[in-house]
Amino acid sequence: MEMVKLTINGKEVEVPAGTTILNAAEQAGFSIPRLCYMEGLSSVGACRLCVVEVKGARALVASCAAAVAPGMEVQTHSPSVMEARRMILDLLIANHPLDCLTCEKSGECSLAEYCYEYGVKESTFKGEKHNYPIETSNPFIVRDMNKCILCGKCVRACSEITGQDTIDFAYRGFNSKVIPFYDEELVESNCVFCGQCVSVCPTGALTEKQMAGKGRRWELTKVKTTCPFCGTGCNFDLCVKDGKLIGVASNPSAPVNGRALCIKGRFGWDFVNNEKRLTTPLIKKEGKFEEASWDEALTLIANSLKEIKNKYGPNSFAALSSARCTNEENYLVQKFTRAVMGTNNVDHCART
Amino acid sequence: MTNSINEITTDAQLMLLIGTNTTEAHPVIGYKMRQAKRNGAKLIVVDPRRIDLAEEADYWLRIKSGTDIPFLNGLMHIILKEGLHDKNFVETRCENFEALESTVKNYTPDYVSKLTGISEEDLYAVARLYATTDRAMIFYTLGITEHICGTQNVMSIANLAMLTGHLGRPGTGVNPIRGQNNVQGACDMGALPNVFSGYQPVINEEARKKFEKAWGVSLPDKVGLMIPQMFDAANSGEVKAMYILGENPVLTDPNSNHIRKGLDKLEFLVVQELFLTETAEYADVILPAASFAETNGTFTSTERRVQRVRKAIEPVPGQTNWQTIMAMSAKMGYPMEYNSPEEIWNEMASLSPAMAGINYERLEAKGMQWPCPSLDHPGTPCLHGTSFSRGKGLFQGIDHIPPQEMPDEEYPFLLNTGRILQHYNVTTPYSTGIQSMWSEEYSEFNPADAAKLGVETGDKIKVTSRRGSITARIKVTDRVPPGMLWMSFHYAESPTNAITSEGLDPITKTGEYKVCAVRIEKA
Ligand code: SF4
Ligand code: SF4
Ligand code: SF4
Ligand code: SF4
Ligand code: FES
Repeated sequence: MEMVKLTINGKEVEVPAGTTILNAAEQAGFSIPRLCYMEGLSSVGACRLCVVEVKGARALVASCAAAVAPGMEVQTHSPSVMEARRMILDLLIANHPLDCLTCEKSGECSLAEYCYEYGVKESTFKGEKHNYPIETSNPFIVRDMNKCILCGKCVRACSEITGQDTIDFAYRGFNSKVIPFYDEELVESNCVFCGQCVSVCPTGALTEKQMAGKGRRWELTKVKTTCPFCGTGCNFDLCVKDGKLIGVASNPSAPVNGRALCIKGRFGWDFVNNEKRLTTPLIKKEGKFEEASWDEALTLIANSLKEIKNKYGPNSFAALSSARCTNEENYLVQKFTRAVMGTNNVDHCART
Repeated sequence: MTNSINEITTDAQLMLLIGTNTTEAHPVIGYKMRQAKRNGAKLIVVDPRRIDLAEEADYWLRIKSGTDIPFLNGLMHIILKEGLHDKNFVETRCENFEALESTVKNYTPDYVSKLTGISEEDLYAVARLYATTDRAMIFYTLGITEHICGTQNVMSIANLAMLTGHLGRPGTGVNPIRGQNNVQGACDMGALPNVFSGYQPVINEEARKKFEKAWGVSLPDKVGLMIPQMFDAANSGEVKAMYILGENPVLTDPNSNHIRKGLDKLEFLVVQELFLTETAEYADVILPAASFAETNGTFTSTERRVQRVRKAIEPVPGQTNWQTIMAMSAKMGYPMEYNSPEEIWNEMASLSPAMAGINYERLEAKGMQWPCPSLDHPGTPCLHGTSFSRGKGLFQGIDHIPPQEMPDEEYPFLLNTGRILQHYNVTTPYSTGIQSMWSEEYSEFNPADAAKLGVETGDKIKVTSRRGSITARIKVTDRVPPGMLWMSFHYAESPTNAITSEGLDPITKTGEYKVCAVRIEKA
């Protein structure tokens, strides 16, 4: 592999040819702010927040879209760079509803984070504000286009990850907006509710409806796990607050799916909290189920199984294990069937 | 799968999809196929329905249901006739080539075209494209296995891949995509009547001795019953008691009336479930189950990747399922002593050479793909690199086996069943959001047929087979060909499996969900 040598903030760096300045800086330990760039999506150089100073260049360079060159001298946080970034943030919040107190993204919002980092409190431009209605007509995604900064990541995620091409930019200038076809609501479009757009949105423009009002982002504990729905084996994080499951978030380190999920994995988890969940053992008495203690139920099971085994032999018992349960549970079911009941009558659901 | 999911975007130059509606059944794999196609890989879709990926495919072959074997034989006929097979691979890696040759000789393009409804021109084009592309992956799911000839269908696919040398390298292979999240793992763990964990046969004395020693008991040496046999035996009174963990065969298995009768006859039934399902209604004792979010453990995906499941919240019923099974076992006089799922895994791994090198620590970052025989083995993303598990790949001459039940005068329509994107067997109906948007069965019906019957989208129809009848709403769409009705099996109100065929693959006992004959009336 061809390697390129350059200096970033005075530090010598060597990276493979074709690496972007942003990634080279990252490897050297310098973090550059970005709003429209994300690993795994194409770079479009739209927000320009990632600009850096390159010695000899006539203007500041968008580091997410420019490749390194031999001998390049890069400054990632020089005064002119800082000034440019402040200006960009200033412009971005000119028509932004500064609603951080109640915004669902608060705590995980890149816009708010960068404004904090660069000390941009309020806009010096007293611009016109949008007054788009907030779309809440589907059960999964809340769209508040007033908070959209037009970074386009949702558009690229929908097209480049899911391949659904549901949303795109429309209108011009101040009226620019990301919309599904004909500016209809998502329920009217070909949207498959994979939620990729939500998972990449840097602001509160796209949020998970199921999580609304359930907790602030910084209060959530995230637990990485594997999807319980299909055999693809996607990984994601379960979001927990006060011992309660409140949502699912993409975990980019997932080996198979990265950030991608489908409607089931991202939004189907709430069966866990369904009030119809069985919570206690039930014993049928005269055709009706009655609540029982674990000990009562297990004693009845053990006595009945022992009796049947003694009377009719081990092969009068059969167990159906589950393709939904864990490996460890399946191992125990077959061990129980073979070692305790003494039969090989164990199988799992045929509908593979 | 012989190969890995990520090879779709990193290696494959061609994807041949037979009987898999991937974007709906395995969406994230479907996304990757779409990405690969858009980056220049070729896509061939073989399906009676115009599924989403058919829209993007280079070739969409609208095959007649139940003619997969003639189709595959037809491709091999052309490949052999034109000398496009991988002679080196066939000679060095395979055997019994003559049997294949003499069978596929009879499957001329003309004959195959008549049987399958695919034009001769398309047969030639697809045969040439598949054979001459260096890295080509075949994918299939239930559209191939849910037939009485499911096993032969799978063998035919293996024939085609071996004949063209599309095995053992990244971006190739025979890739069944498993439906449920852990159907691979349930098999790997020995939740099967003929093998212990790691596919060690119960009839093999050495294997049995090993487990007898580890478990301190003597073990049965006869192969047990598969699910359909269990319910036959329940009906005939040979099986008296059952324990059913997390499955709902009344809704998901074919011919549910037979299942209901069998459950009814049992003297004792224990069901462990999240919800009071149709099957649980039959139980004498119901044990509440813990969900995936409430337990530690592992799942194994369709690419043989073992991955961690981690406990996020306390178990709703107060204890996890592995603890319940242990408690049940202890009451029966056989205490099992595990302090954690990790200890269960370690026992299993110590007894199963294929997974001996996998432990929780190694799973932490990215999971691991078995076979992984030792702690210094990196796992196996791609199977059959230099040899097959049996040594040489065995070609088999396989002839056409028509479905058990085909449309006739009395039952003129073909019923095909499957999965829709939003639902997943038995848990998604309990997701409030998903249920609020897709709460009712919409079966797909061709516009020409709908016009004849005088029905429109949203109307109710009555569907009758030799086994019973159900009602459902229809959606008029040319996704299905004339003469076909397509239904999902997710809704208790339209229990599709009450009317599906009794036909079974005699080897795997998989139900013939994909083809049965029905009569359709306005309801
Ligand atoms: S999107 Fe970000 S900046 Fe805007 S209101 Fe929400 S938290 Fe504040
Ligand atoms: S949910 Fe998925 S399909 Fe719908 S707009 Fe977002 S990315 Fe596109
Ligand atoms: S909705 Fe979010 S991701 Fe999409 S353009 Fe607006 S800010 Fe960016
Ligand atoms: S997120 Fe969707 S594709 Fe991924 S494992 Fe879950 S159900 Fe399958
Ligand atoms: S991150 Fe580079 S232009 Fe937006």
